[in-house]
Amino acid sequence: MRKVSRLSRFNVASLALGLAFLYLPILILVIYSFNASRLVTVWGGWSLRWYREFFNDRAMIEAAWMSLRVAVASATIATLLGTLAAVALSRGERFRGRTLFSGMLYAPLVMPEVITGLSLLLLFVALNAERGFWTVTIAHTTLTMCFVAVVVQSRLGSLDRSLEEAAMDLGCNPVRAFVSVTLPLIAPAIVAGWMLAFTLSLDDLVIASFTTGPGSATLPIRIYSEVRLGVKPEINAICTLVIGLIAVVIVIASLASKLSSSQGESAAPL
Amino acid sequence: MSSRRIFARPARFAAIAPYVWMVLFFLVPFAFVLKISLSQTAIAQPPYEPVFDLTAGWEALKSAFAALSIDNFKLLGSDDIYVFAYVRSLTVAVTATALLLLIGYPIAYGMARLPKRWQAVAMVLVIVPFWTSFLIRIYAWINILQHDGLLNQILLALHLVSQPVVWLSTDGAMYIGIVYSYLPFMILPLYATLAKMEPALEEAASDLGAPPWQVFWLVTFPLSLPGVGAGVLLCFIPIVGEFVIPDLLAGSNSLMIGQTLWLEFFTNKDWPVASAAAIVLLVVLLLPLLLYERLQKRQLEQGR
Repeated sequence: MRKVSRLSRFNVASLALGLAFLYLPILILVIYSFNASRLVTVWGGWSLRWYREFFNDRAMIEAAWMSLRVAVASATIATLLGTLAAVALSRGERFRGRTLFSGMLYAPLVMPEVITGLSLLLLFVALNAERGFWTVTIAHTTLTMCFVAVVVQSRLGSLDRSLEEAAMDLGCNPVRAFVSVTLPLIAPAIVAGWMLAFTLSLDDLVIASFTTGPGSATLPIRIYSEVRLGVKPEINAICTLVIGLIAVVIVIASLASKLSSSQGESAAPL
Repeated sequence: MSSRRIFARPARFAAIAPYVWMVLFFLVPFAFVLKISLSQTAIAQPPYEPVFDLTAGWEALKSAFAALSIDNFKLLGSDDIYVFAYVRSLTVAVTATALLLLIGYPIAYGMARLPKRWQAVAMVLVIVPFWTSFLIRIYAWINILQHDGLLNQILLALHLVSQPVVWLSTDGAMYIGIVYSYLPFMILPLYATLAKMEPALEEAASDLGAPPWQVFWLVTFPLSLPGVGAGVLLCFIPIVGEFVIPDLLAGSNSLMIGQTLWLEFFTNKDWPVASAAAIVLLVVLLLPLLLYERLQKRQLEQGR
């Protein structure tokens, strides 16, 4: 009687419906971005018209450039800090203020973005900091380093610690053991963490709205203000470009993690 | 093991930079929110009084403290707009989380029953939409739900309706948007516990004669409760403070607290009241978090 654990028709149906629900709206959006008609919903044949429109829209291009710069900068800082935090939490055993530390790292994961954004803006105003690229970058770093920490920590947790111990028994000091043994092993998680931070930053609207200044809007802020005014076919094209960019990032990262894992396998017999 | 200890010390040093960062940019900002929530509204830049000025010395600090007031909090309690906004936020979050659980559970269950190789594929497929911009996914639904959108066109073509139905700017549209955006957050923790579950337990129940629904209700579901708790929490808390989805998909007749806060801040420029509203929201959200932590602790103790 192995009836229960087998995949039932109900399982298959719920999976298929679930995935269709997740993907159909995005697919429809991508298809309509190639629509020649000005009316979003009337199909007027295939065309790249709205992509041209986007590349002629200076304000949109500037916002996209700002978003990209912020995403690269904040993802890089966040990966650095998040990895350090993960190492401290999974290898540091007990240290003073550990509970507060892990609490601060987990809180932004669930905290409503409105609150995070509001509090950071009040800080920047109190410090009289000029709002723009750096304030958004700092805000995004704060949010995304928590995600990086979670990703890297879970990888560190599943790692065989005897490898680190062996390196130290063979005379490595802890830092050396970490750099030459642990770091290569957790590299895929670090890459995944960077990607996650990059896309989260690229995606964020609420926190960026609170922490940016006049004249330095990010792409989501611009898209949002356009969408509020009504649906424009140009937005379909921009959204499709963003989806394409994220898809490229995901493919590169999965290739990187595949490469590093196959390296690990070929290195093992030696 | 001794080498573990040796490793622990430099690892602790690794905490310094992220620790300082989080204190500076996460903890300290809340002190400012708290402080400004206790200030008076002013028509100035920044629009609140008293302004902290450390250079003015102790006397200034003392007079600043003397000027603190809890008027903003009193206002929140007495003004119907805020009370309604909190109630609506909680109602929406409870409803949406229940929907998410109902829709997400069968999907996660189906994933956990797949052959091992396919489980990884299914997981990637669930995560990818989460990587795809949140705003874009909401926008995708506007395309579908608007007056001359795809849904109405299909319904009209099939002669299921005789004239376009209003989908956009309704609570229904908002719930679709919320469920759509948060579904991966519900599926992943559920899948994680369901995949780890020992299939022998379910088999034993069915061998002992339990019909499938009893196997599910008496064995599978109780064992998946940690995942249910994590998923519910992961969805419920951010939904309470949700701003973008209700703003773009729901009608404008009744606002959630996230929207009210946003309006108060950007449109009315009443920073002290917005700060006070944020503090109250934070306190409201701490309750389920503490409850969850307590339940988890109890479960751990029972496990031993």
